[in-house]
Amino acid sequence: MEPVLELRQVSKRYPGHEAVRELSLQVPRGALFSLLGPSGCGKTTTLRLVAGFEQPTTGDIYLNGVRINSLKPYERNVSTVFQNYALFPHLTVRGNIEFGLRRRTAEAERRVRELIELMHLEGKEDRRISEISGGERQRVALARSLAVAPEVLLLDEPLSALDPKLRKQVRAELRSLQRRLGVTFVLVTHDQEEALSISDLIGVMNQGRLEQVGEPREVYRRPRTRFVASFLGAVNWVDGVGVRPEATRISSAPPTADVGSIPATVRETIFLGNCIHVEAELEDGEVVVAEVGWQDGRFARGDRVYLWWDRADELRFTE
Amino acid sequence: MLAPAAVWMAVFVAAPLGVVAAYSFLTRGPYGGLSEPWTLENYVRLADPLYLRIVARSFRIAAVTTALCLLLGFPLALFLARSGGRKHLLLALVILPFWTSYLVRTYAWMFLLRDTGLVNTLLVEAGLLERPLPLLYNEGAVILGLVYGHLPFMVLPIFAVLERLDRSLVEAAADLGARPLETLVRVVLPLARPGIVAGALLVFIPCLGAYLTPDLLGGGKTVMVGNLIQSQFTAARDWPFGAAVSLALMALVMLGLTVFLRRGGERFL
Repeated sequence: MEPVLELRQVSKRYPGHEAVRELSLQVPRGALFSLLGPSGCGKTTTLRLVAGFEQPTTGDIYLNGVRINSLKPYERNVSTVFQNYALFPHLTVRGNIEFGLRRRTAEAERRVRELIELMHLEGKEDRRISEISGGERQRVALARSLAVAPEVLLLDEPLSALDPKLRKQVRAELRSLQRRLGVTFVLVTHDQEEALSISDLIGVMNQGRLEQVGEPREVYRRPRTRFVASFLGAVNWVDGVGVRPEATRISSAPPTADVGSIPATVRETIFLGNCIHVEAELEDGEVVVAEVGWQDGRFARGDRVYLWWDRADELRFTE
Repeated sequence: MLAPAAVWMAVFVAAPLGVVAAYSFLTRGPYGGLSEPWTLENYVRLADPLYLRIVARSFRIAAVTTALCLLLGFPLALFLARSGGRKHLLLALVILPFWTSYLVRTYAWMFLLRDTGLVNTLLVEAGLLERPLPLLYNEGAVILGLVYGHLPFMVLPIFAVLERLDRSLVEAAADLGARPLETLVRVVLPLARPGIVAGALLVFIPCLGAYLTPDLLGGGKTVMVGNLIQSQFTAARDWPFGAAVSLALMALVMLGLTVFLRRGGERFL
């Protein structure tokens, strides 16, 4: 199937700074695609290039197979949910949602009513933006963007402005909304747990480059670069091999099966409730962490142990 | 905390106003100055069509000036707000004329506009005109002078609002399909309204009481309320009537402002 959105060798250079470097990616129709990376990695710039607020220095952007490089933001059938929501403070909730609907037809009226219901904003239609909560503002921003029926909805750190307690709940709601509507989402985030939990595909960015694109399990379990491995979760570096803490086991006797293993000395055992972190020091002084269940947490400071792991859990890099 | 402010207000606002108010109820002395009896005569005289015409003309000129300042000032403020790193330099240029006396600048306009002035000389020399255009000593010249002198008062408050305008709101409008003109009308103008209202008041009120500009550029033919007041205190030596006109003008402005604020205007300020 043809991707709804495609970037080919897109670069964005500013004087003295290259924000995006030769980035190519394809977003399948109906997918939730996350651009994940640390701040300053170029993910927001990429989103702005797709929205049309910035022009690529080189490269091409295609929407439904049509090159849209030269189209203005108001000519592109994509819509953005801004990080700060950018709701119009002089308009009501309804005024914001119907902003993009040029004609006040019965069809448009019906659409606005549906979105108000979908976003649970009934009874708030005539409020000003200053009179509603942060969570409601986010839902207004979503409704306003969805009202124009975009081919792709672009979301810039959609959860970052929310109370941390709300985030997990809204995350799940966002995912189910996307599934229900079938609209393609391209979401920018620096939170790997957020990306892993809601995405169909994750593109991991670093210093303007797209380092890897894949399904959440794939980028977590089979990272292509050291950066991807360590950005998506903790990694123990043992003899040049990466092993995630939760794949690292611990035993007092040397393992007999064909597994990777290394001797170590326990430094600290930290009880975290749902699991235990055993910190152990290798002979070369490197400290690694094994995340184990409470049964394996009986080791004490100074114990001589063997750390071992399944060969299949080793992280190998092509770079 | 409030005591110094109260003293300040009493000395610099209430006392002079009280003096003017007292004058307005007295009678002109035989050789100018003030004398008894106390009377309402000065206010009754205001109803004379001669004076009403002057008041009406003042309001018309102030309104036209405000409208022209807005028409010129809004695009200028928008341009300044979007000028990036140069905007404070450009803003300084807008304020630069204030470094010279308003009187001197008004004279400069006279040199430009009179029959033997720069504009007419150039046009006649170039063969575009046979006779000089009557550019000076009419209502148009007064309005030109007032617009020139008060434009910064319109630009500054609008600039202040536009500079703080969240850029992402303009992007959001474009993102939702609004072309630049539509974004201007539906997003930028409504959000700039507090600045527009402040600028309009800062231009309208001083223009209403202007006397220097109509005196010099109007050549005494375009008399505004300010000139009427001035002439009562000087040539006519009728201080009581001058005081009455001053107070009446002030009352009219305050009444207008009150009505504006009552009708919900305060949310723009």
